[in-house]
Amino acid sequence: MAIGESWGRTFSAIHTLRPRHWVHQSLPQNIKGEPLLAYGLGKSYGDSCLNDGGVLMPMQEMEHVISFNRENGILRCEAGITLETILQLCVPAGWFLPVVPGTKFITLGGAIANDIHGKNHHGAGTFGCHVLAFELLRSDNSRTLCTPDSNEGLFNATIGGLGLTGLITWAEIKLKKISNACIEMESIKVRDLDEFLDVSANSDKDFEYTVSWLDSLAKGRNSGKGVFLRGNHGTDSNQELKVHSSPKLTWPIDAPNFLLNGLSIKAFNFLYYNKQFSRKKRSIVHYDSFFFPLDSVHNWNRVYGKRGFFQYQFVLPFMEGHMAVRDILNIISESGQGSFLAVIKTFGEIKSPGILSFPQPGVTVALDFPNCGRKTRELFDRMDEIIISNQGRLYPAKDACMSADAFKSFYPELEQFRPYMDPAFSSSFWRRVNN
Amino acid sequence: MSFPPKRILILGATSAIAQAIARKFASSETQFFLIGRDIQKLDAVATDLQERFRCMVHTYQMDLADNSRHQEVIETAKKKLGNFDLALIAHGVLPEQDEIKNDADAVLNSLNVNFNSAVSLLTHMSDIFEQQKTGSIAVISSVAGDRGRKMLYVYGAAKAGLSSFADGLRGRMIEHGVHVLNIKPGVIATPMTEHLKKGVLTSTPERVATDVYKAIRKKQDILYTPGRWWAIMFIVRHIPERIFKKLSF
Repeated sequence: MAIGESWGRTFSAIHTLRPRHWVHQSLPQNIKGEPLLAYGLGKSYGDSCLNDGGVLMPMQEMEHVISFNRENGILRCEAGITLETILQLCVPAGWFLPVVPGTKFITLGGAIANDIHGKNHHGAGTFGCHVLAFELLRSDNSRTLCTPDSNEGLFNATIGGLGLTGLITWAEIKLKKISNACIEMESIKVRDLDEFLDVSANSDKDFEYTVSWLDSLAKGRNSGKGVFLRGNHGTDSNQELKVHSSPKLTWPIDAPNFLLNGLSIKAFNFLYYNKQFSRKKRSIVHYDSFFFPLDSVHNWNRVYGKRGFFQYQFVLPFMEGHMAVRDILNIISESGQGSFLAVIKTFGEIKSPGILSFPQPGVTVALDFPNCGRKTRELFDRMDEIIISNQGRLYPAKDACMSADAFKSFYPELEQFRPYMDPAFSSSFWRRVNN
Repeated sequence: MSFPPKRILILGATSAIAQAIARKFASSETQFFLIGRDIQKLDAVATDLQERFRCMVHTYQMDLADNSRHQEVIETAKKKLGNFDLALIAHGVLPEQDEIKNDADAVLNSLNVNFNSAVSLLTHMSDIFEQQKTGSIAVISSVAGDRGRKMLYVYGAAKAGLSSFADGLRGRMIEHGVHVLNIKPGVIATPMTEHLKKGVLTSTPERVATDVYKAIRKKQDILYTPGRWWAIMFIVRHIPERIFKKLSF
């Protein structure tokens, strides 16, 4: 028995732990009928990585490399390997992960099960678009090789399938060629949502990576104000292929709840927006600080204190005037509850094979909210309504609150997904949204 | 011997600690000879090292509890690697003491794996090391060998014997330029300790590997890993027996 927490720390769950060590091991046999779930590094914010009252199978030790072709960049590894380890392996050989999220401390299996996206969604699609094959171990102990061409249904259901179709034992991905470890980036101050959308549309063609930090407290006319970051991999092959270093700092203790308040967040936002004097600044930075700025502080989630925090990430389809996005940004700024970690990005047209994959063309916003109990949940309810009525959706990997009805309207593909689920697998999230 | 060692023999290569140590030492210039009981695990470990580091890996499948095959395996390893820059004894079992305490066969079986087979292998390789006059022998013992205690005395007795053997072997090897490292890990989260309760003192195989790497470089004699176990065991060793015998740990 062990108590598990997810990254947002708003849930705690009791599990029977059955760590996995080897690809060829069979699944634990139906322990008292408890449902199974694979567990990577627990970076999902809500309860999609938890299985309260069930069996959790930590995957971290299943991290053997099975093959790495340094000529064509095809890498096959066990599913518990972290993106960090993959980068240590592939960067010196001149390869990079095709898609990275905001942290490198997640597992390969988790990247597939949540079909993660990154700053290059407009050009590269989701992680699942770069998966060539994987093996799925089901509770009848059958092993199925899934590729885009064979067992396609199971392949598509497992990508973004939240670990509910079985256990991914290994996966093969196609890496991306790089010349050096640097990102040539530009940061541009944007005054409002219109300017963000303009800069974003103009950047998509020439910049592989785009994202904008958002001042969640900016109101009215200034709504959408922020700093737009765009970048490309460095092209100078004389530069080093240097791997990132390990985190040097650990956030030591739970911060008191009052640390993050309207004033401190306002001060942070002011400083961040004004740290560059000119409107546009160019720089060359290491990939680690461009993609994973928060990885430099271990356990940064403790900054929100014991009460924990929520992350809320939605996508809304492109539409004339973007009124729904504006409405939500206004609701957030007026509530004053948003935190300093807020980003906005446009998703592109590339469709993921994943049936339940979150990204769809449109504008996505991700924000942190300190857990203020009912006040925060009421805010989410109001935003959920706008998202439902505008054909948007929320991201299960981040979610802790959405209702069963909301989930059904966000994911009309649900019925297509269900037949591929493994009857012995479940999660706290799944039970919550299928109530 | 130049550091890091290039020709490495690992007995019990699929254990979590052995894997972490192998990764720590591996580079494209390393040659491994890995011995393990389970061929599927052994293949996974060998392939991982080859693909990550592009090193050369030989594997040899055998149950190291079978002492009659020790000479053969050491000779084969010697043929493949030439010399041994580093030999690591990493195999062992952690019996559930409560289950075996009244079962003499089971007690002897665990002693055979943790002690007999280890000292038999050390004896077979000692002559090779003596002649090559260089290299390191590293033995994974345990803090459990520092003092017999109620909850772990069968395992502890084997590790106490192994520690004594390794420390004595060091004395024999010193004049031949061979380094002997006695590794005493504390509680490490591995498949072997999965059934044990984990506390704040629990550490990782990676931490052990980092410490072992440094200890071999510095030609250290005895390594408590993580280092705080030196202090813990210092206290544990000095508790008077009339008190210690009543402690339940």
